[in-house]
Amino acid sequence: MAERGARPRVPAVRRRLLRAAGVFFTPLLPDDYLELIDPLWSSRELRGRIESITRETADAVTVTIRPGWVWEGHEPGQYLRVGVVVDGVHHWRAYSITSDPGRPDGFISITPKLVETGKVTPYLVRHAHPGTIVRLGGVEGSFTLPDPLPRKLLFISAGSGVTPIMSMLRDLARRDALRDVVHAHSARDAQAVIFGDRLRALTGRHSGYRLHVQHTGESGRLGPHDLDRLCPDWREREAFLSGPGDMLDAMTAHWEGHGDRSRLHLERFQPVIGGDAQGGEGGAISFLTSGAEAHSDGGTPILVAGEQAGAALPFGCRMGICHTCVGRLCSGRVRDLRTGKVSGSEGEMVRTCINAPEGRVEIDL
Amino acid sequence: MDTMIETPLARLSDDQLDDLARELDAIHDEVFAELGDRDRRYITSMIELHRRLAVLGRVLLFGARYKPAWVAGTATLTMAKILENMEIGHNVMHGQWDWMNDPYIHSSSWDWDSASTPEAWKHSHNYIHHTYTNIRGKDKDLGYKIMRIDPHQKWVPIYLGQPFYNVLLMAFFEWGVAFHDLDLDAIRKGEKPKKALERELKGMARKAGRQIAKDYIAYPLLSGRKGFKSTLTANFASNVLRNVWAHAIIFCGHFPDQTYTFGEDEVADETRGRFYVRQLLGAANIEGSPLFHVISGNLGYQVEHHLYPDMPSTRYAEIAPQVKEICERYELPYNTGPFLKQWATVQRTILRLALPGGRPRPKPGPYRRDATQGADPAWHPESPERRRRGAAASGPARAAGGVRTALPADP
Repeated sequence: MAERGARPRVPAVRRRLLRAAGVFFTPLLPDDYLELIDPLWSSRELRGRIESITRETADAVTVTIRPGWVWEGHEPGQYLRVGVVVDGVHHWRAYSITSDPGRPDGFISITPKLVETGKVTPYLVRHAHPGTIVRLGGVEGSFTLPDPLPRKLLFISAGSGVTPIMSMLRDLARRDALRDVVHAHSARDAQAVIFGDRLRALTGRHSGYRLHVQHTGESGRLGPHDLDRLCPDWREREAFLSGPGDMLDAMTAHWEGHGDRSRLHLERFQPVIGGDAQGGEGGAISFLTSGAEAHSDGGTPILVAGEQAGAALPFGCRMGICHTCVGRLCSGRVRDLRTGKVSGSEGEMVRTCINAPEGRVEIDL
Repeated sequence: MDTMIETPLARLSDDQLDDLARELDAIHDEVFAELGDRDRRYITSMIELHRRLAVLGRVLLFGARYKPAWVAGTATLTMAKILENMEIGHNVMHGQWDWMNDPYIHSSSWDWDSASTPEAWKHSHNYIHHTYTNIRGKDKDLGYKIMRIDPHQKWVPIYLGQPFYNVLLMAFFEWGVAFHDLDLDAIRKGEKPKKALERELKGMARKAGRQIAKDYIAYPLLSGRKGFKSTLTANFASNVLRNVWAHAIIFCGHFPDQTYTFGEDEVADETRGRFYVRQLLGAANIEGSPLFHVISGNLGYQVEHHLYPDMPSTRYAEIAPQVKEICERYELPYNTGPFLKQWATVQRTILRLALPGGRPRPKPGPYRRDATQGADPAWHPESPERRRRGAAASGPARAAGGVRTALPADP
């Protein structure tokens, strides 16, 4: 089974009508026909139409999307899974939502930056055009502003890490809550600053928003050593950090050693899954439907072990978000590779992409 | 049971069979490496065409009590149902389009306008039939357990009736297939758990109920009191016509004179190369126009389909020349013939084998391209094609003096 978009909240009357009309279309659904008129009318998955694509920097664009059904909203800082068709194949990727949830037109936007070796960003940056239909998956992520808002905030971002923070800043600006906010951002040079104009415009309108942009080409990367200079009271602030992994690691260590780790919030684009064979005991995996037998060393997800053994298994995001890969656990226990938590009871649906076997397991896949 | 005819399988050495497997694998890999937008556009526009035809047919049939509307509506709806079963349903459920990763055009989620539930059909067709193709006693599609289609099958008096129930099967093919998918034989032998049977029967009843409600209640009711009966007869006619067509195409896939069947001893410890040869020998193509191939779900390329059941059907026509070239080099037959001829040989076999006895019909010899095309160096044993696909074994495949099977008499 391939990954689907989120289930839209369709008015109950309409859903009942569609179900009643089903008798004329079985085994298909009325949706199968209605979608030929307008793909956005699908009541089984949320889709969107690209309204505009605007260039932010040489290699980043903002894609503005009209959702097919009323946007149910997101919290600033969260990300969205977006499905696009590239050369005939559906691909799904997660992107931080850069728009403010309170946008009056109900549109949403994402701001992908080109990854030359990737499949999806080259498509979005170079080939997608207004009118293109995309699939919209679930909104996820816990990198969000606390409620009630802290009195003092610190944002640290690097490169395209600014995208979730842009959504937060827009939300704060709309609520007139940019009261005491320090934002340190770094990018290669002036041309590479995504949202550069908008960030500067915010400093003009909101005196409580202080922006420092560092060009790594001249001054090097932002690191813990810059904190005391840029924001002497960083220990007293609720800090939000978004950027490449080594920056996150360095800052986390700094907060642990010299500050209050609980006040540091961060966004890792790729959760660290697998690769740690010491983590668990691993075990043999029996795939009951396909008949495949595999083995995991304890650091390898069930999905990967199965694929290495030649089984064709359902997969999606490979990071525990989309639930495409779930299989029924018929016996045994599994360990969540993100948290190390061991769980499992018979009949439980487990995500094979983030779980490794803890001893022998049987999965109905 | 004794084997009455030796197959060309016996003639190829293990090394040659390994080469053959490498070459045929390479064709598969080359096609899958280039699948893309063109292929997706084909299947999505085919699906769109089916839905447009279905809507048009249903709308025309609101006026079914007027003769011309009945005829036009029935023809349109029949065409829609044929495309839906043959070129879309069968092929999507084979997983031919799974590479697109599209949740709605996927073997795991597709359901079709037929009496079979997808689960039962995928098991009996994709797994049993495509794995054990033409192995006597294992391929349950060989005569569908109710017909004697191969002289190796033991004759029992019930087969006297097969010319008659074959005609019934033509008209109600989808129901025959649905019951066949239940595998009543396994139930009788106690190989199938009762619970599984119960679940399948329930699934089939639900599916059948919906199919009947749609064609014989819902749409006739929409046509009003005066149009009820004529819409119902039109829908019935569409289903029967679709069934007759599906039956004809599918029976031409494995039952024409040219095809071989295999004993279980012949396929013990089968290698990939021997598997490919069995698929080649057990299937037969039908020659026809591009339109013919679309409305037969590209099963006119039954040989290519059996070599690569998961390859998008549109690609079969493109790889057919390469498969023929391989057949020529390895001195293997490439079974094919015009539709009416293939169909007639199948019907003749059904009539003949209703009676006891019978011998396998003469089989074609190795495939030879038309002499008029001249000698093409492409099939030379040292051809770059062969090297590119990784054939490595020494010695040409064109060994003389192999076992020759009888060529059919020229018509």
